[in-house]
Amino acid sequence: MKIEGRVWKFGSDVDTDAIIPARYLNQSDPKMLAKHAMEDERPDFIQKVKKGDILLADKNFGCGSSREHAPIALRAAGISCIIAKSFARIFYRNGLNLGLPLLESSEASEVIEEGDRVRVNLAAGEIFDLTQKRKFFTKPIPPFMQELIKDGGLIRHLKKKASKGR
Amino acid sequence: MTITEKILAAHAGKKSVLPGELLNVRINLALGNDITAPLAIKAFKEIGARKVFHRDRVVLVPDHFTPAKDIPSAEQCQILREFAKVQRLTHFFEIGECGIEHVLLPEKGLVLPGEVVIGADSHTCTYGALGAFSTGVGSTDLAAGMATGELWFKVPESIKLVYYGRGNPWVSGKDLILFTIGDIGVDGALYQAMEFGGEAIQNLSMASRFTMANMAIEAGGKNGIIEPDEITFRFVKPRAKRPYRIYRSDREARYAEIREYDASKIFPQVALPHIPSNVKDVREVGKVEIDQVVIGSCTNGHLDDLRVAAKILKGKKVAPSLRLIVIPATQEIYRQALKEGLFDIFLSAGAVISPPTCGPCLGGHMGVLAEGERALATTNRNFRGRMGHARSEVYLSNPAVAAASAVRGWICHPEEVVKKTSH
Repeated sequence: MKIEGRVWKFGSDVDTDAIIPARYLNQSDPKMLAKHAMEDERPDFIQKVKKGDILLADKNFGCGSSREHAPIALRAAGISCIIAKSFARIFYRNGLNLGLPLLESSEASEVIEEGDRVRVNLAAGEIFDLTQKRKFFTKPIPPFMQELIKDGGLIRHLKKKASKGR
Repeated sequence: MTITEKILAAHAGKKSVLPGELLNVRINLALGNDITAPLAIKAFKEIGARKVFHRDRVVLVPDHFTPAKDIPSAEQCQILREFAKVQRLTHFFEIGECGIEHVLLPEKGLVLPGEVVIGADSHTCTYGALGAFSTGVGSTDLAAGMATGELWFKVPESIKLVYYGRGNPWVSGKDLILFTIGDIGVDGALYQAMEFGGEAIQNLSMASRFTMANMAIEAGGKNGIIEPDEITFRFVKPRAKRPYRIYRSDREARYAEIREYDASKIFPQVALPHIPSNVKDVREVGKVEIDQVVIGSCTNGHLDDLRVAAKILKGKKVAPSLRLIVIPATQEIYRQALKEGLFDIFLSAGAVISPPTCGPCLGGHMGVLAEGERALATTNRNFRGRMGHARSEVYLSNPAVAAASAVRGWICHPEEVVKKTSH
């Protein structure tokens, strides 16, 4: 699976209240949530984000609450992949369960700049900064997880498997 | 093995496990609330699940935006109510018997030592105070857990946090955990089990132990855990309606790290904006004036917390133009506080008393902040915009500091309000 997009760069410990403020959690429609993604952190994010954009962050991305609304909002806003030094545990599990690719790379997190065009090859674990012409390697996403991501998350993946089994 | 490893092994049908091992684990209880359960119920239906794995073991607690603050919140509660009815769930807590989930479940005896509990709420780690393995998950994982009664986990490495020595006056579990988060950082225990022990923990009340395990997630921990002892049994025995097992860490258990803290050197702590690890001794904070004080939440809405606040507020008035909001965590705590005369003290001091709810902790309702406002709260998170406007501020402390500061009008040590001899 290959992903290509423009990079939004964030700092460390971006918490789930920053990703989607709790005041919007009285509903769970992805489109509604997407409208408020990163609202308090980067007010211009939602106007400027484009489908396929890549989010880059420092350590502990997604710390705080277990709200799955956070990765839902980012995915619905068009984010195709998140690269960070590290992820908070619950966010990591939630992201992958939703089929949102998450990659850990300290080097990429430091070197890649806001606005760079980046291409990601999940199977190879390759992150290529097309702007800086630099390549970074991370752990490849295992085939079963690629499949899950391709299917659009764990639920759809299970449904597909169940319908095949019938 | 550590207590965490033993519980996970037992629930995976294995004699022993190692950190890093992937296990399919049988769960004793699955929890959802009015924010996370609607998504889980949707996913549950999408995978074609018909019945929950056990109608006594799936618990739904509408506590975040309740009593419903607006129409969408009311609709979220409806989803829970309807699901509980169709699935004939034993434990759906309607307003009137509801409370903040992480105080309510232990109080009702629904979580017990040695169990595996998952909850679609990050503070599910609270039940580790009873010697259970308990962790927060997302809604998709909750759906899988509700349907199958199982969930996969990676066995976490454990870090041991040992607190020795005697605690100082006005210091509670909140201060020990804030101090620890200040020391190791908000990702200091990322993916790890935080095992709390030592003399100072053995001397802690059950409420203070819940507070410590509750905030394990604020250090990135997968779970927080405390070995059960007499204090645990005194809490659990009258409440438990099913048998449970006690696990303890072996002497030769392996830890990724062991850290020791001298409790006699820990004084009341305050976490400054905008991250829980930005911790200082209350005397080093300086004169920080505040607009609002909140005493409550899954972290510090226990009866003990209200008692200590009342002790400080007795016969005193809240500072002019400061708002004090007191939120008993459950209906039972509410009733007991009323019976003990605590409400008289709060009301005379000029506080407002809210029904049990998560409310302002996450900027939901019942005390949301305007631009530029500053609150001191006994809650667990002070992220930017957590309690309201993106340009408002939240400071975190224990209930004694919160009550004293409400009287003074700025953040202060309880001794500035109450004479030293009275504690």
